[in-house]
Amino acid sequence: MHKLSRIAWLYIGAVVAAAVIVLAAGPDTGLDWAQIGVLSLLLVACESSATLVNGRGLAWSANTMASLAAVVLCGPVGAAIVSCGTLLGVRRGPTLPQRLFNSGMYVLSAYLAGRTYLAFGEHVGTPGPTSFPGLIGPFAAAAVVHVAVNFMLLHAVFWLTRDPSAAVGRDGLDFKLWVTDLGYGAFGILIAALWSVLGPFTPVLVLIPVLVARWAVAQFAAQQRAYEATVSALCQAVETKDFYTRGHSERVSRGAVMIATEIGMRPERVGAIRYAGMLHDVGKLGVPTSVLQKRSSLTDDEYAAVQLHPMRGLDIVREIGFLDEALAGIMHHHERIDGRGYPMGLAGDEIPEFARVLAVADAFDAMTSDRSYRGARPVPEAITELRKWAGKQFDPSFVDAFVTAIERDGWTAPEPAPAEDPLRTIESL
Amino acid sequence: MASRWYEPRGFPRPALDSGQWLLVAFTALLVIWSVAQTAVSGVRDVHAALAFGALIAFGELLRLNLPGDREAAPIATAGAMAYALLLRIGNAPARPTAAQVIAVTAIAMMIGALPHLAVGRPARSTAMSARLLAVACMAAAFRPLANAGLIGGRWWSELPVMLGLVVVAWLLESAVTALIRTDQLRTRFVVALGDELRVQFAIAAAAGASALLIAFAAEVMGLAAVAVFAAPLLVTQVALRRYAGIRATYLQTVRALARVPEIGGYVEAGHSARVSRLSVAIGRELGMPEAALLELEYAALMHDIGQLSLRDPVPGGATVLVAREEQRRIAEYGAEVIQQARVLGTVADIVRRQSDPCRPVDRSPPPPLSSRIIRAANAYDDLVGSLEDAARATEAVERLRLDTASEYDPQVVDALSRLVLPANG
Repeated sequence: MHKLSRIAWLYIGAVVAAAVIVLAAGPDTGLDWAQIGVLSLLLVACESSATLVNGRGLAWSANTMASLAAVVLCGPVGAAIVSCGTLLGVRRGPTLPQRLFNSGMYVLSAYLAGRTYLAFGEHVGTPGPTSFPGLIGPFAAAAVVHVAVNFMLLHAVFWLTRDPSAAVGRDGLDFKLWVTDLGYGAFGILIAALWSVLGPFTPVLVLIPVLVARWAVAQFAAQQRAYEATVSALCQAVETKDFYTRGHSERVSRGAVMIATEIGMRPERVGAIRYAGMLHDVGKLGVPTSVLQKRSSLTDDEYAAVQLHPMRGLDIVREIGFLDEALAGIMHHHERIDGRGYPMGLAGDEIPEFARVLAVADAFDAMTSDRSYRGARPVPEAITELRKWAGKQFDPSFVDAFVTAIERDGWTAPEPAPAEDPLRTIESL
Repeated sequence: MASRWYEPRGFPRPALDSGQWLLVAFTALLVIWSVAQTAVSGVRDVHAALAFGALIAFGELLRLNLPGDREAAPIATAGAMAYALLLRIGNAPARPTAAQVIAVTAIAMMIGALPHLAVGRPARSTAMSARLLAVACMAAAFRPLANAGLIGGRWWSELPVMLGLVVVAWLLESAVTALIRTDQLRTRFVVALGDELRVQFAIAAAAGASALLIAFAAEVMGLAAVAVFAAPLLVTQVALRRYAGIRATYLQTVRALARVPEIGGYVEAGHSARVSRLSVAIGRELGMPEAALLELEYAALMHDIGQLSLRDPVPGGATVLVAREEQRRIAEYGAEVIQQARVLGTVADIVRRQSDPCRPVDRSPPPPLSSRIIRAANAYDDLVGSLEDAARATEAVERLRLDTASEYDPQVVDALSRLVLPANG
């Protein structure tokens, strides 16, 4: 992490100071300390099961649930005290200034939410059967205020501590996260509502489905990482057949993602095109090694064998359920805009979008890496070449998007190919 | 004929057999009795019955497919259990009879299953029966006591009974499901029960907690609690669905990519799929738990990936005909490839040791059971190929048996012969 600016320090200091003032000045008469203790424990449990959202250390937790329950049950000051539990979360990651800021932020959000709840004329205390549905409106207002204050304080700190040298991009502070936060905040009313029946056992029961959900989300993330690693390892195994193309899939995948992001594709589709890029040449396995590594020009028969590879690739990945759009991309990545490509000779918009994206990234990587019949070309030359063929071989808008992305973020060309042949024959094993 | 009925997960299920018939028939009788009983005595508190019925039907509509070809409907389960455990709605006591709880649950489950049938997804009657039986058991234990006013008062006296019943329901549903799976998959009951308890634990915990929340909240919020307190479970369900989805995609992808050596002409077509199917069947026969079976399946699918490092394919792809040292190097290379995925460390290990004899000549430790299974299944498939011929199968098993002194694990070969040879042979 880079050094914080003076303004950032001042801001963090101000937030923490405001929180301390709220805690010190608030009237603490009539507070049920046992209740505050139980809710604090709940908040510590939520804070401890926080999950990281982006690379800049933004983590998300279900704290709002405990804070808002405290707003109803203990009032603004009680909720502020409960929110101090943020400081005690058992998790690795946040430094002391981060913890202090987070706690200050939650204390202020909870306090202001509590004030809103009172301003709407609700009473603090355990709700009974007569409290519903009248309590729902003020609670919703309090929840919105809580999430909004949280959102603004956090955005400000991210803005003040941003790394000016880093590329401009979204840093994960997206709107969806705050809707999720509001959703979890709604659990607060459930805890408050049940307090009169189940007492301090309420948070335990509410916490169980939440924890199971967090567990499933974590499992999902772990499986996804495993999945990516496995696909990438298997693709590398495929590439050992043609040592000139080592790393090709990985780079085509990266290029395709750059184009897709540049033209504003939805995240799910960007994910799918990443896999399509990794798997686009899987069908090359069906092409004899001797043809792939041939240094002279190919005969008609050999060329026909090479032209079959997109269909072979399709044969292999067809059974992977989620890849519908990626399948079309893999099958058609050698079509040309002017209709002179293979395997089907589609032209213009007939070619699926994924295939047009892959074609650009594929050709670019082929030009900038060594081949058996020629050496690698420098990036500017390859860009000129892409531009030259835009409209004939490539979709011009994707060429433009790719060039923009490369000029902004750069491109890492592969190392020169090794001299010796890593393939083994049975005898020489 | 040598029978190849060792169906892997995800393949068409065989028709119901006797154990499953018994379960479904018993459940059907129970449902008929409860509906009749309720019709005769009249429905108590129609509003509550309709509210809970709606939640159960909704939950059944949203049922989940879980890893390992399982089915769950956490929202429906929570709704049904909450109805079984209901004590008060607002200030009025709730007194549905056990028969009414069973009848409402059964009818709602059927209504929820209708849209699935309409789009051509068959109803899994055994899974539905298991879910219904768990709820029925709970209602039969709790309703008579609650309706007689023996349970009630404060939460600390009610809660332990309810928690206990939730645990019993989890045990019962797992046991019934395990019994069915023992029948279906030729696994051992104890192993199946362990797997089931593990898989169902998280869902049972979430559904059970939600059931208690709904039952208690009805006291404060009335029937609105039914909708409000199902919300946390909806979040859980979305997360579980995504998890199950990626698990399925993962397996599909490994299955698809395992065919790469076949397309490259290194291995006979269908070899990896057959070896993995046979390996999993042997593993199950030997009582391996599900997590180990999954690793075995991955390893068996990818056991020939190392052949990609060869310039020229082994003739016919049959590694059994190649010298030991070469087999070992192919295995080693395959393990290297898999190792790159880092998460599959155990799988890489299994692949690495697949060509080691089961009793090593030097002092090295014997290969893991999964490696021994893949070794035998691979050799068998190399000898028999895709032909289903009793004479060839017998011959191949005999040949493996001759080598059980050092090469193949006799236990594994026994299991294999039970699977591929006719029962009387």
